[in-house]
Amino acid sequence: MKREKQIPFRIGEATPRCDARTKVTGQERYAADYYGDHFFWAGVKRAGIPHGKLIKVHTEDAKKLKGVVAVLTSEDVPGSNRVGIIRGDQPVLADKKICYAGDPLALVIAENKETLQAALALITFDHEPLPGVFDVEEALRKDAPLVHEDSPGGNLLRLVSVETGKGASAFDECDVIVEGVFETPFQEHAYLETEAGWAYLDDSGQLVVVTATQTPFRDRNEMAPALGIDVEKIRVIVPYLGGAFGGKDGITIQCLLGLSALHTGGVPVKMWWGREESFLASVKRLSARMRYRLGVKRDGTFHALECRAYFDTGAYAGLGETVMTLGLEHAGSAYRIPNVSIKGSCVYTNNAVGGPFRGFGVTQVTAAMERIVDMAAQKLSVDPLAIRRVNAVERGDKNCIGVTLTHSTGIKKCLAALSDHPLWREREGWKMKAGQFKKRGVGIACMAHAMGYPAVVPDFANAKIEFTGEGRFRIYAGIVDMGQGNASTYAHIAGALLGQEASAFELIQPDTERTLPSGSSSASRTTYVYGNALVISVEDLKKKILDKALRLFSTAQAEELMLVPGGIRHRKDKKKVSLKEVAGLFDESERFYTAYFRSPAATEMLDRIYLGPHIIFSYGAHLAYVEIDTLTGCIEVTGYLAVTDAGNVINPQAYEQQIQGGIAQGIGFALSEDYKAANGHADTNSLATYIIPTAMDVPDMLSVAADNAEETGPFGMKGIGEISISGPVPAIANAVADACGIRIGRNPITAENIFRALWEQNDQERPR
Amino acid sequence: MKISFVLNGKKRTADVQPDMRVVDLLREHLHLTGTKEGCGSGECGACTILVDGESRLSCLMLAAQLEGKRITTIEGLSKGKRLHPVQEAFVESGAVQCGFCTPGMVMTAVDMLSRNPDPSRDEIREGISGNLCRCTGYQKIVDAIEAAAKDKSR
Repeated sequence: MKREKQIPFRIGEATPRCDARTKVTGQERYAADYYGDHFFWAGVKRAGIPHGKLIKVHTEDAKKLKGVVAVLTSEDVPGSNRVGIIRGDQPVLADKKICYAGDPLALVIAENKETLQAALALITFDHEPLPGVFDVEEALRKDAPLVHEDSPGGNLLRLVSVETGKGASAFDECDVIVEGVFETPFQEHAYLETEAGWAYLDDSGQLVVVTATQTPFRDRNEMAPALGIDVEKIRVIVPYLGGAFGGKDGITIQCLLGLSALHTGGVPVKMWWGREESFLASVKRLSARMRYRLGVKRDGTFHALECRAYFDTGAYAGLGETVMTLGLEHAGSAYRIPNVSIKGSCVYTNNAVGGPFRGFGVTQVTAAMERIVDMAAQKLSVDPLAIRRVNAVERGDKNCIGVTLTHSTGIKKCLAALSDHPLWREREGWKMKAGQFKKRGVGIACMAHAMGYPAVVPDFANAKIEFTGEGRFRIYAGIVDMGQGNASTYAHIAGALLGQEASAFELIQPDTERTLPSGSSSASRTTYVYGNALVISVEDLKKKILDKALRLFSTAQAEELMLVPGGIRHRKDKKKVSLKEVAGLFDESERFYTAYFRSPAATEMLDRIYLGPHIIFSYGAHLAYVEIDTLTGCIEVTGYLAVTDAGNVINPQAYEQQIQGGIAQGIGFALSEDYKAANGHADTNSLATYIIPTAMDVPDMLSVAADNAEETGPFGMKGIGEISISGPVPAIANAVADACGIRIGRNPITAENIFRALWEQNDQERPR
Repeated sequence: MKISFVLNGKKRTADVQPDMRVVDLLREHLHLTGTKEGCGSGECGACTILVDGESRLSCLMLAAQLEGKRITTIEGLSKGKRLHPVQEAFVESGAVQCGFCTPGMVMTAVDMLSRNPDPSRDEIREGISGNLCRCTGYQKIVDAIEAAAKDKSR
């Protein structure tokens, strides 16, 4: 099963990742793996109450404890003590108010973990309890308690409205109207690596922070004002992450670590949240309540859509309003709908803190839209696949917010592949074979997902590659690899262009001092934007290598030379020189090649939606087989198919990893994941109470790549990281409806919910 | 208290506190950070090691319990540069993404294959159901363990 050595990377060929070997042997050093000869531990005292006026934090007892280095409160924060990339509304350490149970009140630095825990237990605080607000619609009432008294919109963080065509008045022209209310809960990322890192002040007074983050350069810009440090005096280094999925997009422990390092006299200080703290204090997928209405013509064409959405950003803004906005941009999924009225309210509450999570708002609206589409199909007595094929967008169409789709648009290809697939064609036979007390159903769903930042936010990357003196290649990746494998794909891309195999490459992970700013590891953008920049820099380098190599060959034509693993060969006479020899011809100043790439962005309709629209989308069509035990309500997903248009595929293995991982998280969201913060208390604060899928909860999944190149992508690819997570909730919900005629509007769809719905259904059918 | 044990084939003694966990002994004191901690309460499996050849959660064991035992951590699985067949299969099958669950998952798989050298996919899924992975959806992990089993039986 071992691959032959010395095979250069090839585009489209399944290839093991460059980081797999160090990870599988335990050699890879994550942020949590630092244990220096002499270092301190830092930790945080958290509020544990959802809403209150903070009067005083008592730290005296903790300070007296032997082995405690420092106990810090908001008064010790030298800067603005505020973070939050858009609103700047979140304190590093709470000063005036407690807005949710995870708010940090005091920071303790101690010589060891035991002392740290003992000191944290000694900290108390005085507060005046305030009535909390825990429901998005209640939060918008005039008399609702305010989470932030100084917020201009009160608890309404942002209202986003989009109207196209005749808006809601077009419902008068529809033959069939279906409506429903759908809810999705907070979802916890539950990355295996909880928030971790370490920091120190170096001899020059620079603050060095080594941490698990998706956003090193942005973090530096946030830390500087919050801590009152010059941005140039902060260096952020990011090893491989142990998972993130959006949950490490922005500040988690960075400011707390930085603040700690200012009080240790140069001794490194480490922080590593436990699982319970991670549940309590990390961001969650924003929960959402969505009222949907879809108007359809008798021939099945969608004519009008109304969406009223409420997204719960919790205690702080973070990126909550952008999460909701991206959702609203996708409110109509992958369909042509000429008249829409979309309105979304992003709302402050005293629940958890909302934030990015793979899917970024699209997962929520797709859960609603794709169910209402099935309801329309049912009312019209048409096939759920047929109604989707009629309405699916094509290149040149306008999407639901009225923006013309000018790039690759492959949803029709996805649906065609799904309709040809045995799982679709053989579904009726499979359903018939259900055993006693079992019911089987098949459901489908479409999805779209925008790639990159919205139009007004420049989406760029700066690639940097070094041709080393040894004749190897060092790629400086300024975009974090949180586990998705983008770093490895950079080697794949460069290797394919340079004719080299994996051992020719060294990957440098993000470091604000060594790598170049390239934006966040998010938005399904990392391979597209950095890959495009890398292609430019590698082409430049390749030209230089071949030009220089001419000196070692008896030819003046660079075209006669070709790169082969470890060397350069003359195409005809087969003479070969090693890359090391060629590297010897390079001056130090010639070894580095950099290139800038900025992703294409919408140039019109910029005011159509907050921050402007997107123009490149990936698409998917999913199919789920489910079996329900009618005696217990237990549900099992027994089969799953994902057809995806994410452009061409660079590495099928890495591509499938993204598809399968996204589906599994989506199945968890559909069936079991439910972060409960009732009345602001974290009730599901462990992996025993917050249930993510095990190997027994996920079926073998089939992935089909719709052949559909995106012309602007490196080798024709576009984003694959997020698209697949939006399918499982609606596909499974539609399968449940297909199996036993029940529609459950809120996920997770648990056995208990199914059992209750079946009971009510029987109750109605029972003769009276 | 002083304890003696065999760690990755080498005799070791250590002076440990009575309440020290095995995961802390390994990571903090012996700097074997390949063993990960994902929850500290026995729910995620990231800290799985082999004790006398059987998988154990090092976050739920006290160091004192290692007295006289034979311990294998992820660092002790490969022989020099040669990977253990399960590790090799994880690499080749694409079973590694963020990699934080990987060491524990590999140790569990090694233990499972030692007891059941030819497991079905369902048996593999059941066998690793105590190890959580948030990245992969498990499919390629199952593929890898299946491939490793075939590789071994060849």
